[in-house]
Amino acid sequence: MAIHTDYEDIPGTYVFNGRRCREAFQLNMFCKSLDKPENRDRFRADPTVYLDEFAMTPEQRKTIEDRDWLGMLHLGGNIYYTFKLAIFDGLSMQHVGGMMSQMTVDDFRAMMVTGGRPVQGNTSKAENAKNG
Amino acid sequence: MARIVAGVGTSHVPAIGAASDHGKDQDPYYKPLFDGYEPAREWIKKVNPDVIFLVFNDHASAFSVEVINTFVLGVADGYNPADEGYGPRKVPYVQGHADFSSHINESLIFDEFDIAIANQMDVDHGLTVPMTIMFGKPDAWPCQVIPFCVNVIKYPQPTAARCLKIGRAIRKAVESYPEDLRVAVFGTGGMSHQLQGERAGLINQEFDTMFLDNLQDNPEKLANISHTEFMREAGSEGIELIMWLIMRGAMENPREVYRHYHVPISNSAGGLICFEEAGE
Repeated sequence: MAIHTDYEDIPGTYVFNGRRCREAFQLNMFCKSLDKPENRDRFRADPTVYLDEFAMTPEQRKTIEDRDWLGMLHLGGNIYYTFKLAIFDGLSMQHVGGMMSQMTVDDFRAMMVTGGRPVQGNTSKAENAKNG
Repeated sequence: MARIVAGVGTSHVPAIGAASDHGKDQDPYYKPLFDGYEPAREWIKKVNPDVIFLVFNDHASAFSVEVINTFVLGVADGYNPADEGYGPRKVPYVQGHADFSSHINESLIFDEFDIAIANQMDVDHGLTVPMTIMFGKPDAWPCQVIPFCVNVIKYPQPTAARCLKIGRAIRKAVESYPEDLRVAVFGTGGMSHQLQGERAGLINQEFDTMFLDNLQDNPEKLANISHTEFMREAGSEGIELIMWLIMRGAMENPREVYRHYHVPISNSAGGLICFEEAGE
């Protein structure tokens, strides 16, 4: 049940709504757990055992194991949570931004320095479909 | 009586804190950004607030998806910088003002704004980066801080209109506190940015300029922006700008004294706007 769904028209955007928040509760709580140094040590020591503590779906777990940043979002992950895993891996937001948008980190950085991703052509799936 | 003397709207991008902490603020990438903060730092010294009411959001640091509150007021004596995965930022402990917080809590609830409170809360870059932006690197922050945390992560965030209204209620709460205090209100987050998905890196300078141009005199126009329009135009994380409307609501007759805008900081547009309250 949703009152508004017009945000689904925004391209490349996974709004963290009630459904996604429920669906990925365990995935996001796993990511959240990495803000404690003792948990980071345990995860580093044995990822399999550590991940067993979080009742994710096999698909969600695979996105974590594969560091499939976009896949995590598809299955309900929220960027502020998934970024904690990126921090664990020593990655910056440019790395993750590039990987989610199929760009190299250098290309992504260059795009930001020249004003970022333009809004033109990036606001509406329906408009984009109409314009081919 | 306590009174609101100034308002600040500012981005709180974590990279700003990291650049300051690691002495990179004069690197070519950051220099234009930090140079633009200097006039604001001089100005806030003259404003000399006793207390900052600081509106920000927690980024899965103090809170998680276990319990999601829309508005949380810090009521503690003080707040530690949070460990966001790198260890806590080495910035000063944040001194609170528990009695003033408690008064604001009562005033807001009796005014029918049913906020939650936090007796213990570590504060992440959402709060500490605006302090760095305005005060640099002191051994101790020059004033007390009352943190006010807004859910901007889990949809639906509070409406922009609600944010403007709660800002007005905060003004009423501040003005009914008997201690003679100079209060500055900070609204933080934004400006346009999207961290997630294929649209990561989105920046909309036109939207940001429109937002800055209307904040002083047409806040009602900004309060009518829907969730979808914020996310579409300013990026999914650009909806943080609703927190600037809480600051605006807390000001009665703001007069813009300074503005600074710079792209990019990490994956965001950085904005800063300073207001004085007329007659103060």
